[in-house]
This record gives sequence, C-alpha cells and structure tokens, in this order.
Amino acid sequence: MKQLPDNAGFLPRDRSWHPDALTPAYKTSVTRSPQKALLSFPGGLGEQSGPDFGHDMLGPLDNDLILNFAKTGEMALGPRIIVRGRVIDQHGRPVPNCLIEIWQANAGGRYRHKNEGYQAPLDPNFGGCGRTITDGDGAYEFRTVTPGPYPWPNGMVDWRPAHIHFSLIGHAFSQRLITQMYFEGDPMILQCPIVGSIDHKEAIESLIATLNMAEAVPMDARVYTFDIVLRGRRQTFFENRWEGL
Amino acid sequence: MSSKQKLLPETPSQTAGPYVHIGCTPNFAEMAGMYDEDLGASMKKGPVKGEEITIIGHVFDGTGKVLQDAMVEIWQADADGAVASGDPNFTGWGRSAVDMETGQFRFDTVKPGKVPYLDGQPQAPHVTIWVVARGINVGLHTRLYFEDEDEANAADPILSKIEHKSRIPTLMAKKQEDRTYLFNIHLQGEHETIFFDM
Ligand SMILES: [Fe+3]
Repeated sequence: MKQLPDNAGFLPRDRSWHPDALTPAYKTSVTRSPQKALLSFPGGLGEQSGPDFGHDMLGPLDNDLILNFAKTGEMALGPRIIVRGRVIDQHGRPVPNCLIEIWQANAGGRYRHKNEGYQAPLDPNFGGCGRTITDGDGAYEFRTVTPGPYPWPNGMVDWRPAHIHFSLIGHAFSQRLITQMYFEGDPMILQCPIVGSIDHKEAIESLIATLNMAEAVPMDARVYTFDIVLRGRRQTFFENRWEGL
Repeated sequence: MSSKQKLLPETPSQTAGPYVHIGCTPNFAEMAGMYDEDLGASMKKGPVKGEEITIIGHVFDGTGKVLQDAMVEIWQADADGAVASGDPNFTGWGRSAVDMETGQFRFDTVKPGKVPYLDGQPQAPHVTIWVVARGINVGLHTRLYFEDEDEANAADPILSKIEHKSRIPTLMAKKQEDRTYLFNIHLQGEHETIFFDM
C-alpha cells in the first residue's frame, strides 16, 4: 500500500463528545440507531470538499425571522433577540462562507409544520426559518424572537427547552453538522432527553448561548452569543512546525 | 506532540428532529416563497455532460418501517471525476426531504466519474451520502456505489478494505429501468447499511 499524504483530510471525530447513536431515554433513537461499528477511513476528495454558497444567493431578510414571513408592516410576536457568533474550526481558525440554516418554534412553542401536534397557536407573522452565510471572520448573526419551550411525545411529560436548530455546511462534507442552540439559565435544559444524549457536561455547555447584555440594542433586542466549532483539517508537518505547535 | 490538547472540541451534534424541513426545505414544508427554490432541489442548472441518472430510495428503521421524516443529502463528482465540478451547470450537491407519505427520496443527477483516492488510486464511481432524521443523534455518512461497475468496484481502495464482504451489497445501488438506480438505506437490522466515520 502506498503512503497516504501527510495532510490526509480531517481530524478524527471525537465520538465520545457527540451523543451515542443509541440513547434509549430518547425513544426514537432505539430503532433508528445503527448497531454495527462505523467504518473508519480517511475521507476521499469527496468527503474533503463540499458545495460552495455565495453571499449573493441570500435575500435581504433571510436572517431576519421577525420580518421574513411577516405581512407588510407587521412583525413576529415575542421577545426580540439577536443571535450572533463565529464559526471556527478546531484550530481556532475562522470558517468563512459557511452556510447556516436555522429553524425554530414561535414564541409560544409552536412550529409551522404539518406534523406539529402542540395546541399553542401559530403566529401568522412567523415562519421560523432563516439562513445566513459567515463573513471572512466566520462571523454570523440573525434576528428572531425567543422560541417557546414545547411538550413532545417521548416520556409522559417531556418538554423541550427553548432551542434553535442549526444546520451548518462548511468547507467539506466531513464537517457537515446539525445541532441545537439552548439559552443560558433555562431550567429545562438538563431535564431534556435529547440534551441528555450528550454525556459530557462541558459538551452540553458548549450548546448553551450566553446572554450578552453589553451588546443589547436599547428598546429593541437582547443579544445571545453562540460560537460553533467545526472539524479541523489535519495539519501537515510543516504547518505544525511553522506555528510552533 | 501535544497538539491534541490545544485543539478545540467540535460542537456536538443534536438530532435534526421532525421539523428539519422548516429550515432546510421550506418550500417542501409548505412555506412557498420563503426562498425561490429549496437548496439542493436541482443539481443541474442546464445541460450537463455525462449519463443522466435518477437515484431513488427509502430509509428504513430497525423494524423495517420506512421513515417519513428523513432528509438525505448527496455530494459527488461530475462525469469527468472532478469534485467541486468546474461545470457551472452542475452543482454536485443535492438535498432531498423524503416524501411525507411514501418516504421516497430522489435525485436527478449524472453518473459520477472516477475520483482518485488520497494515494492516487482511482476510486470506483460513487456518491457520498449523509442522512439525518428525528431519532438520529449524529448525521450518518455512507457511500453509494453502482452495482453495474463490477470492475471498478473490485479495484476500489475502500471497498477492497472492508472486512465483512457480506455487507458490501448494502452500498450498491441497483439499476432499474429508465436510467434509475435504487439505493435503500437501512439504519439498523440484518441489512444495516455500512456507515462511515470519515
Ligand atoms: Fe425543535
């Protein structure tokens, strides 16, 4: 077998930091979790690359969930917030041009979706869908309302903590990630079986956005900060030496 | 080398949940007009070189039930084997929410060419696949190979390193009529698809 090049793709995923596939307290995982070991190979060119998205595909309101579904002159109902942060890789380098797609329930905890079963009302001015692309520093932001917590069919009285779903497409298919952002101080976080699918306390904490009143917009919106780390590329010998690692 | 300690931990995954469509395929979620077109809905923006094919399939759980809320994404080379194709008419990337009744996903694309692996060896034509759904805690990576590429498959550097040969058929798309390939994904059970940690 020939030697693999020094820069053979991405750092291996630390699977102990992610949830296991099978987490019985989250019941749906029981029949949807692979039982055989994942096969580990360094990804090929396909896994090390991914689709490109240009900022020109974005509409002016794509990252404003207060307005992007509202009738002209109206707005979504609920506590107004700005969520901002940076997408970086495991080496701490910015990930520019990362597509971030988000979805969430309205302020009452209700999703605009056919399969939604919660009785809280729809907000006619709120869709719950948004997207943005990171800038050269990996920074992103969007404006929305705080999503409400909601009950879901799992245990008899399971409620999801308030959360926003994030989908990220960075530079490579190997980095593909879907996750959820929670809100600092929410007592429901640690009761949730989906949050509890993650073992490490510090890993859970990394999904909790911090309230950042110093950046709040007077008489308008509070700010939550949420940074995201995507898988980093393996560094070559020369990169290591050059950076003195 | 102590570089491991200096690495930041990756943000942990959480399930896409049952409402992934709202954020990723809003037109499919009946929010027409949010965006012009759902991202990844069309991989071809004009005439594209190569053999036009359609990939269809279902995602099955461990009881044999078809998932009606999964989302599947694919990423592939163009007909010449170029990943991140230079062809402006071909995106190489597709996203399909499975049909809420039938559970079928579908991609209209072209058959990919051979892409070299890291050591320069050609890989058999293949499509990289990523599956998420409610109940899947970390998105699952797999690869679709073509059952009618016997020779290339036999020489493929990844297929040839798979120890349990009896599982290789789970990676093979089966040719149907009309240039359609069927690729079913089994999350669990006797026919569990090979998933990769890549
Ligand atoms: Fe949710």
